[in-house]
Amino acid sequence: MVGALGVRARVLIRPKAGILDPQGQAVERALPALGFGGVANVHVGRLIELDVEDASQVPQMCERLLANPLIEDYEVVEVQDAAA
Amino acid sequence: MKFGVVRFPGSCDEVDALMACRRFADADLLWHGDSDLAGIDAVVVPGGFSYGDYLRVGAIARFSPLMESVIEFARDGGPVLGICNGFQVLCEASLLPGALLPNDSLRFVCRQVEVAVENPDTPFTRACDQGDLLSIPVKHTTGRYYAPPGTLPEEQVVLRYAPGHNPNGSMNDVAGVCNEAGNVMGLMPHPEHAVDPLTGSADGGRLFESLAMVPVA
Repeated sequence: MVGALGVRARVLIRPKAGILDPQGQAVERALPALGFGGVANVHVGRLIELDVEDASQVPQMCERLLANPLIEDYEVVEVQDAAA
Repeated sequence: MKFGVVRFPGSCDEVDALMACRRFADADLLWHGDSDLAGIDAVVVPGGFSYGDYLRVGAIARFSPLMESVIEFARDGGPVLGICNGFQVLCEASLLPGALLPNDSLRFVCRQVEVAVENPDTPFTRACDQGDLLSIPVKHTTGRYYAPPGTLPEEQVVLRYAPGHNPNGSMNDVAGVCNEAGNVMGLMPHPEHAVDPLTGSADGGRLFESLAMVPVA
């Protein structure tokens, strides 16, 4: 997707390891009911995509607003040239 | 003593909170877009769904102009009580330790619970004795309290769900906490809905009664 600003960032936000994730557990229990076996460690998080002028600011955005570092881990997984 | 009760877009318990405060002192509503706390001696951040709970509960409300003033007020020692969504907002503002996570049941819970007063030595519980059981309703989907190991000293646990009453999977049955200085408190149960025997319990009134006893400058 072509963004309005120079850089497209994709932020993945996950529940921190060790914190009970009942959503992940519910999905994990639902899959075998549909015949999908062999599934483990399901976790449900959030995806935030944003166009930014300065990608180096994204981690700060995560620390201050996009994620709550007490309970969530974040990862800026893809930073690409939006015009590409 | 004059209470100020915050109203955000999406608040829904601010009028009950206002009525609860007025049983014990003067009280007025405060609008989220204002920043003036002149004449306010204690702030109540009420329940609801401020800013639609977008992103994370409390995450956007924390940056409203009024909250910036409330944060300053709290840092100067002013008493601030956060109820339900207000508790979530105060955690997001780092005025209280920890955070609120989705209930372990993933369900909205709405029921009367008993909470025990663990610390009566706060501006919010001074009308109570240690171990008093208060009957107060809860109604929330995101009320599972969590604080990273080592970040919540026991003396900051103000209220705890009585055995068998934890409605959400909160760590160590924590129902309400205060900050280190003791002037900011948050709780998931709704004391403002338990101020008249007509609705089953007046126990919640003791928190507002306690706050009304705080000497004003």
